[in-house]
Amino acid sequence: MRPSKFSNFIFNRNVQGTFYQAITLSLVILGVYYIVQNTAENMMARGLASGFHFLGVESQFDIGMTLIEYSPTSTYFDAFIVGLLNTLLVAGIGIFFATIVGFAFGIMRLSSNWLIAKIAETYIEVIRNIPLLLQIFFWYFAVLRALPKPKESIEFMDSIFLNNRGLFLPDPNFSEGSSVIFYLFWITIVISIFIFIWSKRRQNRTGITFPAFYVSAALIVGVFFASLAATGFPVSFEIPELKGFNFKGGMKLIPELVALTFALSMYTAAFIAEVVRAGIMAVSKGQTEAARSVGLKEGLVLRLIIIPQALRVIVPPLTNQYLNLTKNSSLAAAIAYPDLVLVFAGTALMQTGQAIEIIGMVMGVYLFLSLFTSILMNLFNLTMKVGER
Amino acid sequence: MSEINKNITPPVIEIGILGWLRKNLFSTWYNTILTLIGLYFIYLIIPPLLSWIFFDATFSGTTREDCTSSGACWVFIKQNMKLIIYGLYPSDELWRINIAYFLLTVSIIYLLIPNLKYKGIVGVFLLFVFPIICIFLFSGGLGLENVETRLWGGLFLTLVIAGVGIVLSLPIGIMLALGRRSKLPVVSLLSTIFIEIWRGVPLITVLFMASNMFPLFMPEGVNFDKLIRALIGVMFFSAAYLAEVVRGGLQAMPKGQYEASQAAGLTYWKMMALIILPQSLKVVIPAIIGSFIALFKDTTLVLIIGLFDFLGIIQFVGTNPDWLGFSHEGYVFAAAIFWVFCFGMSRYSQRLEKKLDTGH
Repeated sequence: MRPSKFSNFIFNRNVQGTFYQAITLSLVILGVYYIVQNTAENMMARGLASGFHFLGVESQFDIGMTLIEYSPTSTYFDAFIVGLLNTLLVAGIGIFFATIVGFAFGIMRLSSNWLIAKIAETYIEVIRNIPLLLQIFFWYFAVLRALPKPKESIEFMDSIFLNNRGLFLPDPNFSEGSSVIFYLFWITIVISIFIFIWSKRRQNRTGITFPAFYVSAALIVGVFFASLAATGFPVSFEIPELKGFNFKGGMKLIPELVALTFALSMYTAAFIAEVVRAGIMAVSKGQTEAARSVGLKEGLVLRLIIIPQALRVIVPPLTNQYLNLTKNSSLAAAIAYPDLVLVFAGTALMQTGQAIEIIGMVMGVYLFLSLFTSILMNLFNLTMKVGER
Repeated sequence: MSEINKNITPPVIEIGILGWLRKNLFSTWYNTILTLIGLYFIYLIIPPLLSWIFFDATFSGTTREDCTSSGACWVFIKQNMKLIIYGLYPSDELWRINIAYFLLTVSIIYLLIPNLKYKGIVGVFLLFVFPIICIFLFSGGLGLENVETRLWGGLFLTLVIAGVGIVLSLPIGIMLALGRRSKLPVVSLLSTIFIEIWRGVPLITVLFMASNMFPLFMPEGVNFDKLIRALIGVMFFSAAYLAEVVRGGLQAMPKGQYEASQAAGLTYWKMMALIILPQSLKVVIPAIIGSFIALFKDTTLVLIIGLFDFLGIIQFVGTNPDWLGFSHEGYVFAAAIFWVFCFGMSRYSQRLEKKLDTGH
């Protein structure tokens, strides 16, 4: 029996594909329409106006920690910015410490010293398998809240104080002349970059090496201290002092910030350590052996052969961990650190009731960060791609 | 050349314990320093911790007056055990949860013992029959009294959320992964957008959305339970991550597998169900379990929208005026339980990986 024209038509792949897509698309559109319709009705019933007009309205609430000028008379948009900056602050500090601790533990885990490797492994396995929120609670409620009162603070070198009101650090004061040091510092850095380029070019041309690293390090450090001395040390530190029941002066980090950054960096460090370990182990042993047999010194093997190849494996998952840390910083809401989620999706949402706009904005911020990072990563992968054989 | 003397043993310092110590701990001067620093750290941390947890701790008693020792007071945990395990579930109905705990434990132990028959049947029971039994057991119906979900709590609630998340998010994740790899542009685009949005935002915002926005989405009068809203959020969140894991497995399949199954005349769904998915899921089992571990840890976040899961209940009993000041014990206990679950899962996935590795 020969297939009829009609059965030819309905069993055609392209026709079937189009048909399925049409069904999917119409189902999705119907679903979205249903939701939008319901939402509009519900908002009407609750007397809510949609739109972003509320952003210009006075917020009438105060925020415990602000990096910019903010008061209850500021607008909701200001509150949004304050929350965003606080989130970025926590993420920034967290990423800094997580990287250092993570690399340290990752390298320790590969140590030939059995004890050191075991210590690192224990740390990683313990921290990775306990929920982050529990760790945040632990550092905040069980450690920082249980610290002594300001009078009995824990001191480091008479200038750093830790107590149940937070962490107090010396605050640098820049007086006149400090800008000179600042400019000179950047100028020396630019010069060093040129030294690196020049020495690399000369080495490619003539094969003569130049100790670019030591020369530029000496230049930067030397000029920095020389300019400090020449301008008469224009930087002074305001040291926090105990006055009455609390510390005055200096820089104050609220306990919520300290607990959150501590927990975030310890937690993410365990994951970064695994990333680093995997990256270093991904460089095959033959690479090291070949480099040695060419006659490179041990330090050069590391710098020219292992690290560049390991970094190519490490960087993408590392940025992923950075992103995770940033997203995890939203757990701030649980200990009342005024981050984006707590300030905006918490307090502002409660006051205005604009659920869709507010949660949309908050999700948008995180989405933007994710997409931005993944674009950067794709660029990185393109530039670092090895010629495949 | 003299004859080789076979009676000379290797130097003492090269073999046995001494040799091991020398090779692994004291091979160079800086290794020696590192070892000593490491030992000092262990000395600083381990003895006080052990004496706090065991040697100086109080284990017996009923009230906080019994907590006289300098170490931990586990009476706090003991007295609140019922809350921690069952939440506020009515005392007369606890047998229902116990049955579920029992069935779950027995089936999991059965699955863990190697070389037993009928594992497939037990697996199907655990995945399909057990959840249905649980729905009736926990919430009521079929002659059982109704128990509102606001009374659910503790370890019980944590396992419910994790279990529902695990059982439902895997099929959704597989569908999303297939959708994203699909040749149909509309399907692939929609799946990609869906996956990237859920993966791009923190779980907290998802839960905030579930508790604040879902009510707006539904027609008037339809009101979802708070727990169900949270479950939907957790499920989609986890499904998006699983989708990416599964997609990795699909991409790892050699093209020949697709071509061979098409040449054999299989339809798309048959090809996926019989040839591609079984192989690619096997490759990514460790990563899937990794996602489950993450999901299990993430269940703690539901306390932010006011559900009393395991951690939430521990936080809650810590604020009980009779037991103020015992938060350390609570957190250490919670950490230990979570650690056992998560570490157990990760070890199991490593074992599975070795067992399933057919190698080439």
